[in-house]
Amino acid sequence: MNSEQPLHSTQFTPNNPLPQEGLMPDSIATFEPEIIREMDMHIAKFPVKRSALIPLMFIVQRERGGYLDPPGVAFLADKLGIRITDVWEVATFYSMINTEPVGKYHIQVCRTLSCKILGAGAITEHCTKRLGIKPGGTTEDGRFSLSEVECLGSCGTAPMLQIGFDYHENLTIEKLDGILDSLP
Amino acid sequence: MRIEAIGCEPNLIKRFALENSTRLDVVRKHGAYDMARKAVTTMSPAAVIDEVKKSALRGRGGAGFPTGMKWGFVPKDSPKEKYLVINGDESEPGTFKDRYIYERDPHLLLEGCLISCYAIGARTCYIYSRGEYKYLIDILDRAIEEARAAGFIGEKLFGTDFSCEMHTTTGAGAYICGEETALLNSLEGLRGHPRMKPPFPAVSGLYGCPTVVNNVETIAAVPWIIEHGGDAYRALGTEKSGGTKMWSVSGHVKYPGVYELPMGYDNLEKFIMEDCGGIPNGRKLKAVIPGGSSVYIMPASDIIGKKVLMDYEGLVVAGSMVGSGGMIVMDDTVDIFESTKNLTEFYKHESCGWCTPCREGTDWLVKVFKRIANGDGRIEDAQLLLDICDNIEGKSFCPLGDAAAWPIQSAIKKFPEDFKKHLVPMLQQDAIAAD
Repeated sequence: MNSEQPLHSTQFTPNNPLPQEGLMPDSIATFEPEIIREMDMHIAKFPVKRSALIPLMFIVQRERGGYLDPPGVAFLADKLGIRITDVWEVATFYSMINTEPVGKYHIQVCRTLSCKILGAGAITEHCTKRLGIKPGGTTEDGRFSLSEVECLGSCGTAPMLQIGFDYHENLTIEKLDGILDSLP
Repeated sequence: MRIEAIGCEPNLIKRFALENSTRLDVVRKHGAYDMARKAVTTMSPAAVIDEVKKSALRGRGGAGFPTGMKWGFVPKDSPKEKYLVINGDESEPGTFKDRYIYERDPHLLLEGCLISCYAIGARTCYIYSRGEYKYLIDILDRAIEEARAAGFIGEKLFGTDFSCEMHTTTGAGAYICGEETALLNSLEGLRGHPRMKPPFPAVSGLYGCPTVVNNVETIAAVPWIIEHGGDAYRALGTEKSGGTKMWSVSGHVKYPGVYELPMGYDNLEKFIMEDCGGIPNGRKLKAVIPGGSSVYIMPASDIIGKKVLMDYEGLVVAGSMVGSGGMIVMDDTVDIFESTKNLTEFYKHESCGWCTPCREGTDWLVKVFKRIANGDGRIEDAQLLLDICDNIEGKSFCPLGDAAAWPIQSAIKKFPEDFKKHLVPMLQQDAIAAD
């Protein structure tokens, strides 16, 4: 092996892939220059490019319809000079990185203790009833996904949920209806 | 939700109530960055560390490790780059204090970072926040831009040779990344698995370089220490637990919120029943988890009339811990079996999978809890749960395993009745009822 080759060899590329059925990208995602600039701003923070992986995964996810798809993963591997498996390894570890499509509005109801004893169950139940999906599901029109998630650091204003990145706190059923009604 | 200081002047939260308190021009009028200037221009790094050692400031993330001592571990003669990393992962159930430092006074944190970087010889500071806190990271990014434009962050600060850069970065939903070495892995773009210690981060941390990892609240206390001196800070609290601490209170209290209390506040009963307005709806206090979900649960009988002092030592004497200061109060409608099941499901979900005792143990615990909840509880299940806990506690790679075991061990010990009623098979219960 050529000793000049960087450690993060790009031997696993779309042209020379690992045989991972279903996860192999058939193309590399492309992004507008302004998005690339946003990514480069994160990369510039660190002496090692790979450190920007998580911030960049959020950007790719945002730009690729809410989840990290195989072409997006291929892009990240290429951009950061790491292997495609390295990206999947990290992506599957973190609960906020979606590797499957999610709805336009991802409703995440906190289920941990403080929220639970103050009525998180009723909030989830109301979402289930109103949207016709169980936690883990997505509506057929792709508008809503519903999840139960662990503590979001909002215990003093329980019960609460997050839609995308937006916090909605001190919930009641009426307030929840108002929030869902107001979504564009 | 309330944010106030009780039993002391507002120190950490003194600028929280100002209008537009996130703006530099507003907080500058109230002294922001004056202490960074004082430290950098009039004190040596060793003198700053000495003041922090004198202050008896201890890590506010949960472990309570003396901050000055941690800084002292950084090798002074190392040719490597040094780093300060701020742990803003704040994922411990019941904890939501750092969030309000970000939201109300980001420049306080940045000033603390500047002083701390100066003390340990770091030129770069990374502020790592949990991914869900995106709106807070945006606030912090704006604050960093403002501070940079005003000459408080960057090259040759305050007319000296001291330079300091600050960057925000983010996790993506993993409780384990609050553990400092897992955080460092996450910051390097890896899975959030903890690392073997030693070497400790102070010797070999981020990119193998000397690194100090401190909680947001810990660092936010540093400007006050520089302003008033370490001795004055220690005097706010007790001999071993200096200063003030932010407690985040949630659950069944009339006024949940974030309260700044002096260390050694007297006492826990008064705090819950008076300062936080007591238990709403005429219910009775049943249990309190005083310091985030990982600490031992306390029954009301260990609090009422017991004069529990709120500091590191006082809570240990009372059978629990300060932890992160995330207090969850439960009234007599709560079934402690259910609440413990809820927390165990949390730990199962958040176990990173690195070591077998924690990965398999938390999964097994949840299976037993679910079986019991489905009505198939056996009388020997309490012992089974304790046996599994015994095989996790002290045998896992990082403290997450201990944190999963402690709530169960203490709950079974302190609330045996709540478990027993689930462990007698349903048929037998019906027979008892029929009698």
